[in-house]
Amino acid sequence: MNVVVCVKQIPDPAAPQALDPDTKTLVREGKLILDDSDAYGVEMGLQLAEQAGGGEVTLVSMAPGGETSGLRTALAMGAAKAILVSDDALKGSDALATAKVLAKAVERAQPDLVIAATESTDGYTGTTPVQMAELLGMPSVTFAKKVAVSDGTVRVERQTEAGYDDVECPLPAVVTVTAGVVEPRYPSFKGIMAAKSKPVDQLTVADLGIDAGQVGLGGAGQEVTQVADAEARAGGEIVVDEGDAHEQVVRFLEQLKLV
Amino acid sequence: MSIEKIWVVVEIADGNPISSSLELLTQARAMAGTVEALSWGPDAAKAAGEVGSFGATTLYDVGDIGDALPGVPVAAAVKALVEAGNRPDVILIPTTYDGRDIAGRLSAMLDLPVITNVVGLSEEGDEVRSEHGLFGGAKVAVARFTAQRPWIFVVRAKSFAAEASGGGAADVMPAPVPELGATNAAKIDARHVEEQSGPKLDEADVVVSGGRGLGSAENYAMIEELAKLLKGAAGASRAIVDAGWVPYSHQVGQTGKTVKPTLYIACGISGATQHLVGMKGSKNIVAINKDQDAPIFSVADLGIVGDVHKVVPKLIEALKARG
Ligand SMILES: Cc1cc2nc3c(=O)[nH]c(=O)nc-3n(C[C@H](O)[C@H](O)[C@H](O)COP(=O)(O)OP(=O)(O)OC[C@H]3O[C@@H](n4cnc5c(N)ncnc54)[C@H](O)[C@@H]3O)c2cc1C
Ligand SMILES: Cc1cc2nc3c(=O)[nH]c(=O)nc-3n(C[C@H](O)[C@H](O)[C@H](O)COP(=O)(O)OP(=O)(O)OC[C@H]3O[C@@H](n4cnc5c(N)ncnc54)[C@H](O)[C@@H]3O)c2cc1C
Repeated sequence: MNVVVCVKQIPDPAAPQALDPDTKTLVREGKLILDDSDAYGVEMGLQLAEQAGGGEVTLVSMAPGGETSGLRTALAMGAAKAILVSDDALKGSDALATAKVLAKAVERAQPDLVIAATESTDGYTGTTPVQMAELLGMPSVTFAKKVAVSDGTVRVERQTEAGYDDVECPLPAVVTVTAGVVEPRYPSFKGIMAAKSKPVDQLTVADLGIDAGQVGLGGAGQEVTQVADAEARAGGEIVVDEGDAHEQVVRFLEQLKLV
Repeated sequence: MSIEKIWVVVEIADGNPISSSLELLTQARAMAGTVEALSWGPDAAKAAGEVGSFGATTLYDVGDIGDALPGVPVAAAVKALVEAGNRPDVILIPTTYDGRDIAGRLSAMLDLPVITNVVGLSEEGDEVRSEHGLFGGAKVAVARFTAQRPWIFVVRAKSFAAEASGGGAADVMPAPVPELGATNAAKIDARHVEEQSGPKLDEADVVVSGGRGLGSAENYAMIEELAKLLKGAAGASRAIVDAGWVPYSHQVGQTGKTVKPTLYIACGISGATQHLVGMKGSKNIVAINKDQDAPIFSVADLGIVGDVHKVVPKLIEALKARG
């Protein structure tokens, strides 16, 4: 079984985030890392390929500047190869444009199953994988908290407001996984060394047959017009517990007439 | 071109429109002269009275979609209406599991963009401005569409207050699902409803949430006990949902529920941006955390720097003593 995992390479979320004052998009400078949200998808893909007793995991990523740091992490975990789409024309792409690019790249790998995260850590639009599924002409099952494949069918436990649904879907299909679906493995030293020589196929928008005008800032159908500080909450009272802080909480509850 | 007509996607749960959809109908009324609803499922037509009382004049009924996931068939039904010449200026979709699927499918089908994670909307002349919380709500971004209409917005729960306008029942019009191919192949085999007692997390007046600072799954019992004493609901950070201590339905935040109770008590929760977006709108916030630099204190009205294992049991005892 051939699995494609879409992996986003993002600025380290632990580092301070900033917006470009002109384009009002996130500043993406310096080394990018594998989005944590996608580490679950990579692990899931590896496990499903192993269970199917054959096949491999191909990564697909769209990132600026030929960035491969995040891809190397996922390759070190065990993915076989990667397709990277990198092109200046893509700067400022919205989710639909991103989905168009990912769909074209995914098609090249002819997968049985495509895995993505329910939402990324930095942009969290949360629609890209479903937009991509529609463009690929594939069914999709989102918010998977358990995934199994057998006999050309993927079976998913999908989160719902009330609990979860058992969903069945014939392959090929797109599945988005939630955090915690599996425990991502740490790359081994051997894996890290092997990753250095695994193939990364770098493509441009033209290679994918996409019109550059459809993507990037120019192709984006929306724009951020203004960014302002939110109304700050008035500073509260901070009490260090000396053994009786719970009494303060009780008084607070009394004021609110909750007790 | 002014905003004339808005469609609201109305999701139905337990036979009734969900509150997020009613919130969107209320806001749509403030922005456009004509508000219409679109719904699906065996009970859709029965919602005509309720959506009508929130201002919708027409209810497009997609019909029973059986075991299919709603994303593809509902989006296809909307697309069919639009292609038949019925073009709204704006389509509002609630941020739910199915709402996000519908938005994604519809966007690709119509080749039109979506704006998601909306927490505010306003009409300005011929445009609609959407508000978004950035960096855990520390900043607010304002966005607008430059693409052609309909503009598809996916809006977070509790961004607006739902208020009925007292209108009569909406006219029900069929919005049949066209012939669909492989994309509609996902089928629901079984639905599992997790037991819950007490008020619903997103409707409760008091929410008590626990995080990784609780130390272990067993200690979540004190969160539940405190919630029960305050007639509230028990919530959680994603860290302890991912760890399997509590079911996902308890999660508060970016990927969980948005809550706006009178009181939110955060116990052993650091206050990551993705948690804050789900609870920052609470009227009052109490935080208990042993780290005085924890970001949760920046939104707390009352912050207790202390050990949850000491403070919470004492609080429970004190409340019990009052009877
Ligand atoms: C704060 C903020 C808000 C935004 N709001 C919107 C909006 O409302 N509408 C809009 O159209 N755009 C929006 N964008 C732009 C959007 O983030 C980009 O278009 C981005 O390329 C894709 O969206 P995402 O990361 O939000 O995707 P999501 O839909 O959240 O991504 C889900 C998953 O899809 C896969 N994926 C997504 N991007 C890639 C990639 N480049 N390479 C490989 N896999 C990928 C990953 O598995 C990812 O986890 C916003 C950006 C920011 C920073
Ligand atoms: C795309 C994405 C979506 C996300 N969505 C959500 C979401 O919906 N909801 C959510 O909550 N998170 C979400 N997260 C995760 C979020 O970033 C944090 O990782 C998570 O909220 C941390 O949970 P926590 O506060 O319980 O744990 P930690 O961050 O580990 O904090 C534990 C806290 O407990 C305190 N503590 C420890 N021991 C004690 C003690 N004995 N007494 C008192 N205090 C103690 C510590 O000082 C610390 O502040 C998301 C992340 C991403 C990337």
